Amino acid sequence: MSVEMQTKSAVMEGMSDHPAVKALTAVSAIWKPEWFTDAKHDRGELTVSVAPEAICAAARQLQAAGYNFFEDMTAVDWFPAEPRFQLSYHLLSHKFKEHIRLRTFVGDAIDSITSVWPSANFYEREVFDLFGVRFNGHPNLVRIMLPDEFDGHPLRKDYPVEGYR
Amino acid sequence: MAERQILEAPVAEGAHDQHMVVNMGPQHPATHGVLRVVVELDGEIVVRLQPDLGYLHTGIEKTCEAKFYHQVVPLTDRVNYLDPLSNNLCYSLAVEKLLGLEIPAKGQYLRVVLAELSRLNSHLIWLGTHAMDIGALTMLLYTFREREEILRLFEAVAGQRMMTSYIRIGGVSLEPPLDFFPRVDAFIKALPERIQEYENLLTGNPIFRNRLMDVGHLSAADAIALGVTGPPLRASGVDFDVRRDIPYSGYEKFDFKVITSDRCDCWARYEVRIAEMYESIKIIRQALDGMPEGAVKADAPKVVLPDREKMKTEMEALIHHFKIVTEGFAVPAGEVYQCIEAGHGQTGYYVVSDGTAKPYRVHMRYPSFATLQALNTMCAGRMLADVVAVIGSIDIVLGEIDR
Repeated sequence: MSVEMQTKSAVMEGMSDHPAVKALTAVSAIWKPEWFTDAKHDRGELTVSVAPEAICAAARQLQAAGYNFFEDMTAVDWFPAEPRFQLSYHLLSHKFKEHIRLRTFVGDAIDSITSVWPSANFYEREVFDLFGVRFNGHPNLVRIMLPDEFDGHPLRKDYPVEGYR
Repeated sequence: MAERQILEAPVAEGAHDQHMVVNMGPQHPATHGVLRVVVELDGEIVVRLQPDLGYLHTGIEKTCEAKFYHQVVPLTDRVNYLDPLSNNLCYSLAVEKLLGLEIPAKGQYLRVVLAELSRLNSHLIWLGTHAMDIGALTMLLYTFREREEILRLFEAVAGQRMMTSYIRIGGVSLEPPLDFFPRVDAFIKALPERIQEYENLLTGNPIFRNRLMDVGHLSAADAIALGVTGPPLRASGVDFDVRRDIPYSGYEKFDFKVITSDRCDCWARYEVRIAEMYESIKIIRQALDGMPEGAVKADAPKVVLPDREKMKTEMEALIHHFKIVTEGFAVPAGEVYQCIEAGHGQTGYYVVSDGTAKPYRVHMRYPSFATLQALNTMCAGRMLADVVAVIGSIDIVLGEIDR
C-alpha cells in the first residue's frame, strides 16, 4: 500500500491514463490545462490541485470524467501562510470505485460548487461558519452549527481551543 | 433539479401568506435528538422544510487538534454513540494509513467482528425507534433486548458498554476474553430467529406498510446529487458499498451480498436494513470460523501501548509506555482520507499531519449530515405525519450531524 510520494511531474508521467489526470490535462470549452497547478500521489491517494478561480470548472470537468459523487469538503487553516486556507474536496467515483482529492488554496472567498453538486450546500455552510471562508453564489450562506450572533470562527488556528472568556 | 433542492431563503422569511410555519423540535421525540425542522405547511401538506442544526455542536474537531493522536480515539466514540466501533475503526485506519502501519490478520478479523456487531447495534436501535415513531411501540422492547446482549459483548472486550474505544491505532486495545467468541457465536445463532420475530410483527402489518410504502420517494439521481450514502442510497437502487468496492480491514476476504432495492421509498430503506442484518450475521460467522491465530496489535512499540504485564516487568516496555502517554508519537507529515461503511452510511476521516504528535486537522465526514440535505426533497408535497416516518427511515444521529 505504501506508495512513494510522487510529485506532479511523476504523476503526469506515471498516471497519465488516470481519468482524473486525463480530464484535467484536456482542453475543453470550460477547461484550460494551465488551471491544473499541482498533483501528488501519496499513500495510495491521488490529490489534484487547481487554481481557486477554476474550482467550478474543475468540479464540472471531474464530474464529466466519472467522479459522480461529492463526498466531503473541508478546509485546513495554514495560518500564518498566505493564502491561508486549503480547501479539500473529496470526490468519489461509483464507476471507478475510487476517491480523489481536489485541492485549492484560497484567501477568504471562492465560488460555490452547489451548482455542480447540491450536496455541497451544508459543507460550504460549515466551512463558512467555522473558518469564515465565503462561497460566492451559495444560495443560503448562513451559519449552520453556531448561533447567528456568534463572533469569530473557531476552527481557525488563531482561535484558542478553550475559546475567549 | 439543483435549483429545487436547495432552499433559497430561510423558511420563516419567505413563507406564503396563507401558509403556516411550524417548528418541529428541537425537543420533538421523533427527531431522535435535538434536531429542529422548520416546516412550511399548506393545511396539512408540507410545502417545504428546512433542518436547523447545531444544538449539539461541541467543537469536537477543534478538540482533536489539541490532543495526541491516541487521545482522539475516545472522542470518536462520542460522535456517533450508536455505532462507536465503526468510528474507532475509521479514525484508526486513517492514522495507520499516515503511519504506514500493517495490522496482523487476527486484529483485522476482530475489527470486522466488532464493526459488524456495531452495525447490528445501530440497525437494532434504528428499527426500534423507527417503528416506535410510527406507532408500533412494542418494537423498541424487543430490539433493545438484543441490543443489550451486544452491549454486554462490548463490555466484555472493552470494559465499557457504549463508549468502547476498543479499536486503537495499531490494532485493538486488548486480547478479547476467553469466552468472547463462544458468546458471539451463541448470539449470532439466536439472532436470525429474533429478526424473523421482528419481521412477523412488522412486515405484514398493514398500518406499518401503509405508513412507509410510497412515502419519502428519493430517486437515484437525487440521492447522488444530495450526497446520500449507505442504506438510503442502496434503497434508491445504487449498488455501492464501501466494504465490497473499496475494501478496508480485510473485507475483501468475506463473502456477502450488497442489498439494493428499486422502490426508493421508506419501505425500501426498511427492507434494505433488515436484509443487511442477515448479511452482517453472515460476515461475523465467516470471521469467527476463519479467525486466524496470532497477535491483535501491530508490532510497533513506539506507537502501540505495550501489554500491561510487559510494562511491569520490562524496562524497554516501561519506557515506551511512558513516552507514548506523556509525549505521544510523531506522525509523518501528510494528509489522508479514509472512508468506511458504517451503520448509517459512509463515514470518512480526513486527517492532516504536520509531523508532530498532535493532528493538525481532523475532519469527520458523517453520513447523517449529508443525508439530512435530502429531507426536503423527500417530504415536500406530503403530509406532515410523513415527515416523522421519513426522518426515522433515514436513520440520523444528531451527535454525528452537529459534532
